[in-house]
Amino acid sequence: MADSAGVPIAPWRRLWLYALGVAIVLFLVLPTVIVVPMSFGNARFLRFPPQELSLRWYHAYLGSIEWRDATWISLKAAVATMLVATPLGVMAAYGLHASRLRMARLIETALIAPLILPLILVSIAIFFLYARLGLNNTVTGLVLAHCCLAMPFVFVTVLAALKGYDMNQERVARSLGASRFVAFITITLPQIRFSVFSGALLAFITSLDETVVALFISGGDAATLTRRMFTALRDEIDPTVAAISSLLIGVTLTLLALGLVFGDRRRAGRQP
Amino acid sequence: MTEGPNAGALAAAERGERRGLFLLCTPAVLLISIVIFLPIGWLFALSFTTEQGGLTLEHYARMLHPAYTKSFQTTFELSFLVTAICAALGYPLAYLMSQVSAVWRAMIFVSVLFPFWTSLLVRTYAWLVLLQRRGLVNTWLQETGIVDEPLRLVHNFTGTAIGMTHIMLPFMVLPLYAAMTAVDRDYVRASASLGASPLKSFWQVFFPLTLPGLLAGVVLVFVLCLGFYVTPAVLGGGRVLMWSMSIERSVAVYSDWGAASALGVVLLVVTLAILWVMNRLFGVERFIGAR
Repeated sequence: MADSAGVPIAPWRRLWLYALGVAIVLFLVLPTVIVVPMSFGNARFLRFPPQELSLRWYHAYLGSIEWRDATWISLKAAVATMLVATPLGVMAAYGLHASRLRMARLIETALIAPLILPLILVSIAIFFLYARLGLNNTVTGLVLAHCCLAMPFVFVTVLAALKGYDMNQERVARSLGASRFVAFITITLPQIRFSVFSGALLAFITSLDETVVALFISGGDAATLTRRMFTALRDEIDPTVAAISSLLIGVTLTLLALGLVFGDRRRAGRQP
Repeated sequence: MTEGPNAGALAAAERGERRGLFLLCTPAVLLISIVIFLPIGWLFALSFTTEQGGLTLEHYARMLHPAYTKSFQTTFELSFLVTAICAALGYPLAYLMSQVSAVWRAMIFVSVLFPFWTSLLVRTYAWLVLLQRRGLVNTWLQETGIVDEPLRLVHNFTGTAIGMTHIMLPFMVLPLYAAMTAVDRDYVRASASLGASPLKSFWQVFFPLTLPGLLAGVVLVFVLCLGFYVTPAVLGGGRVLMWSMSIERSVAVYSDWGAASALGVVLLVVTLAILWVMNRLFGVERFIGAR
């Protein structure tokens, strides 16, 4: 479509729209980005622009055993969540798509439910359950809970990809003697790999970023980074959080770039 | 059609295969059922029982107490306000996105996705730093002479609303943009060729066609606001008591599971009711989950 605007309207008559657009984009991006230069400040009270550049708060972060342990717990939980949630989500999406059962609708709703249910209710429910199972303050419990929250993203992404995929290709492979499993691994999986990758990335981020559930079920030795950050923010404004935030923004940008490079390019390219 | 001699065996084989495929869903369904559905059901039962195990509505009756009704009021006020601002900001941005060239569109897209992917806590922290008494916003307002005294922008209703708007805006823009790209531009052109002014073709042709997307965004943002915990807890500084915080306090401070369960059940019912009505009326589902 050469003229995507549809309406013949002179660009100068839309200046207000462009100006408003720029303002909203700045509102979306600037507040987060501004934390990065501020984190290199030296004072207890962070300023922009920083009076004096230093790595004080980065040293404070790296020098603290508590922050380091919390980071380690969060990373471990995020990797484990990704490794468990991705295959579970792919299996469920494939099973649901291929079997075309009458119950499919019900199962789909059940699997997407963790995205819709109020997170605070989910959190106290899991806390209540774990108190009886002795899973509170354990990494295992944390990973199981995060899997439930991350799996729907994998499921939705992969199911969307399967809906746009011609299952006959797999049927051809099976008619030529491949088992269903071999046909899936060699024919289907390579073609939906971008969506699987996007789903895995979302699972990783979901776990790394999750705060409310972690607030209830992770503590002591198994406290996550987000839990410690939340407490540090609620009780006082600890400048160390600025350094951690900057590092997390770096991680986000890296993952976003990875997602743009390896993610579902097919779908992105199809948008008119 | 004549049935072959092995029709029965074929049908049995197909049923068997379907069962096998169905088994693939079970690990995921089991995990979610045990970790999420089971304890929610448990809490549901708990909200109707006394400590001795008898049946009661006492936990629900207590929710009429002013301390709780105040938190419902705050929650609904904040949710309405944030949803309205998000719609007012999100619509023009999504519209702009649907009108500009591919390069600009990609840039706006990234700027919408960037906060979406950044940690919620990082963004909340950023607003805490910017809005505090000696923060950047107050410094700037004073230097430009707009205000003499620093404004109270954080640890109150204002700060909570600003932070929540920032966090919810992408949830509004994405379904809106999806709806706008689905509009056939030939309708707009047709109205223009029939003599409608640009303003008229926008309001009478384009806008009504994007209404389902707008409603999807509104519902999504509103529902997410209702149960929001992290940002109000940090930016509200304990002065803005939301529904979610009443639930947290009942558990963490008072260990009152009956009250917490009842509050949670009502929150769930309200959330599901809104989603159900909207889905019935407008088929909102198509746009939600397009993360």
